[in-house]
Amino acid sequence: MNAKLLLSSVLLIVATTSVAETIFVSLEKDNAIAVVDPIAGKLIKTVNIGQRPRGIKISPDGQSLYIATSDDDTVLELDANTLAVKSKLPSGEDPETFAINSLGTRMYVSNEDDNQITVIDLQSKKAIATIAVGVEPEGIAVSPDNQWIVSASETTNMVHWIDANTHEIKANTLVDPRPRALSFSADGRELWVTSEIDGTLMVIDVATKEITQRINFAVPGLGQDKIQPVGVVVDDIHQWAYVALGPANRVAVVNAQTYQVEKYLLVGARVWNLAFSPDQLRLYTTNGVSHDISIIDLAEHKVTKSIAVGRYPWGVAVKP
Amino acid sequence: MLTRLFAGFIFIFSLVYCINILASESQEIKIAYLTQKQQVPAALSNLAPFIEDKGLQGALLGLKDNNTTGQFTQQNYFLEQVIVPIGGDVKQAFSQILKQGIQLVIVNLPAQQLVELHQLNNNQALLFDVATRTDAFRKNQCLADVLHILPSRAMRADALAQYMLKKRWNRWFLVIGNTAEDALYAQAIKRSAKRFGMKIVAEKKWLHTYDARRTAQSDIPVFTQVDDYDVLVVADEQGLFGEYISYRTWLPRLVIGTQGLIATAWHPAHEQWGAVQIQNRFKALAERQMQEQDYAAYLAIRAIGEAVTRIKAVGAATIKAYLLSERFKLQGYKGRPLSFRDWNGQLRQPVLLAAPTSLVTAPPLEGFLHPQNELDTLGYDRSETQCQ
Repeated sequence: MNAKLLLSSVLLIVATTSVAETIFVSLEKDNAIAVVDPIAGKLIKTVNIGQRPRGIKISPDGQSLYIATSDDDTVLELDANTLAVKSKLPSGEDPETFAINSLGTRMYVSNEDDNQITVIDLQSKKAIATIAVGVEPEGIAVSPDNQWIVSASETTNMVHWIDANTHEIKANTLVDPRPRALSFSADGRELWVTSEIDGTLMVIDVATKEITQRINFAVPGLGQDKIQPVGVVVDDIHQWAYVALGPANRVAVVNAQTYQVEKYLLVGARVWNLAFSPDQLRLYTTNGVSHDISIIDLAEHKVTKSIAVGRYPWGVAVKP
Repeated sequence: MLTRLFAGFIFIFSLVYCINILASESQEIKIAYLTQKQQVPAALSNLAPFIEDKGLQGALLGLKDNNTTGQFTQQNYFLEQVIVPIGGDVKQAFSQILKQGIQLVIVNLPAQQLVELHQLNNNQALLFDVATRTDAFRKNQCLADVLHILPSRAMRADALAQYMLKKRWNRWFLVIGNTAEDALYAQAIKRSAKRFGMKIVAEKKWLHTYDARRTAQSDIPVFTQVDDYDVLVVADEQGLFGEYISYRTWLPRLVIGTQGLIATAWHPAHEQWGAVQIQNRFKALAERQMQEQDYAAYLAIRAIGEAVTRIKAVGAATIKAYLLSERFKLQGYKGRPLSFRDWNGQLRQPVLLAAPTSLVTAPPLEGFLHPQNELDTLGYDRSETQCQ
């Protein structure tokens, strides 16, 4: 018995030390998630999960993996270590994207077909409120200080600023057509928003809620209509921001100090969502149409590897 | 010092005043939807029932979306539905709308009636044509104060031709129905054939009867015995015989045009670029699938909403100026921003090429270049029209 325990702990240690981090990729058309070891550059396994998995996130403590299985009308909570289902959260209909506050206590889910946000208490696992927003809410984020929930409505073309305590909309910022993803800077002063139809990236000042920067993209030899920005992330030291340009098949590298585009990195086809490695030395991209993910070395700004993962990779989450 | 104080006071006063306006005064936007009831037309099959409210349901969805946005901007949209009975006086109904002071009118009426309303309008209201595909309106019979939402016949034919060129199915056999509309469709096909280097190797008019059970099996193989061709292009807008042709031709050839692979503004099989969301919203509202006219009416009302949200004005002239400007970009679930051609009021848009249950492609296709906007590779470009 003791020997067995010892053996299993040794195995556990070996397992945890050989993998620095694990990435989970939702596969929209495979009804599964891919588990990838990015250091070894290998797909470890694919796990069946539920219908049409899209939004995917790790809890702040790294212990739970949340996945929106849109056609099952739920957000699944999985044990991030064993991938066993811990609970099914009452997300409302057709959940696609969601955000979790930094305390890990609240989840905010966009219900695109119902023009609302569902608020879930992650301790009681109950839906505690719904918030009416504009038409087709998509991108959603929580400010680092947990004061604001921001929601982008794709057809209303607005960012709604929702007070996280009262669940009331306090302000609306009119943005370029079909806003998709949004992301706060680590200091909480800026909100970065992409517009898919206008092909722009906007930086909104959180204090005034006004657009202060509008960044355009141009890739030589590529039609402007191919540039459809979706996922956006800003690094913690506010040096670089990265934008997935959809069917342009590139990630734009934006200098977060000067707001100039410095480089375009060729990744896979229809690059959609992005996630940093915990040390922010690498960036992972999901490439929907080429069915793979790309790994970008952020010190060099070079694509180092692509890994086939399954059909229509949608979102990516990283477990430290 | 005093003047500075005074200036400061004025500043604060105007600030408070502005905030008050934003908070309290809501804008009302009145839109009329004008159509006339139709006789149920002859149909080939009973599979697809006749839809009486084509267009109206799209307008209602657009209104709903606008009002969802409007609750954040204090803008309320109202739709005055004017549905003239069969044999009723459309012109009188239109005059009534103008008398009420409504300046934004969605018109779902045939070409001839649109011309009559345009004459009556005399620059009072901005009309959104959600029904016609008439090339003349886009080319030489230009109607100022009318915006055309649906793709013209020329745009549809160009979309088909681009795809045929890509497939190298260059030799066409054109079959034309009996109606005046079929002749116009055939004209557009001939124009596109010339434009994209296609060759019409045979052309025939369909003169046969319309009962598939009796004649299709024997008639069509005989009718389609012509010199070799790559695709058969059928011009039958009403759908009186076109469906008979597929699988019955003498040679094993595909059918395109008004049946087979069709060129359309909207299709139930379309689900890319977020389209599945609006398909679902529409089905929940109307309990049926979205038709072209519904899509057009939806876009017309969304265009009004987009203009009003951005410019915060409700007058027809201001809205028109904004809609025709380069600033206007409409999300239309087709992966590209839609806008209006300022020379003829045509909405620029990709055209869907669809088979009965699948979307095949959505021209403009890659490689068809244009100095300003690739969407202008479809239909009458600025230099090809007398409209200004």
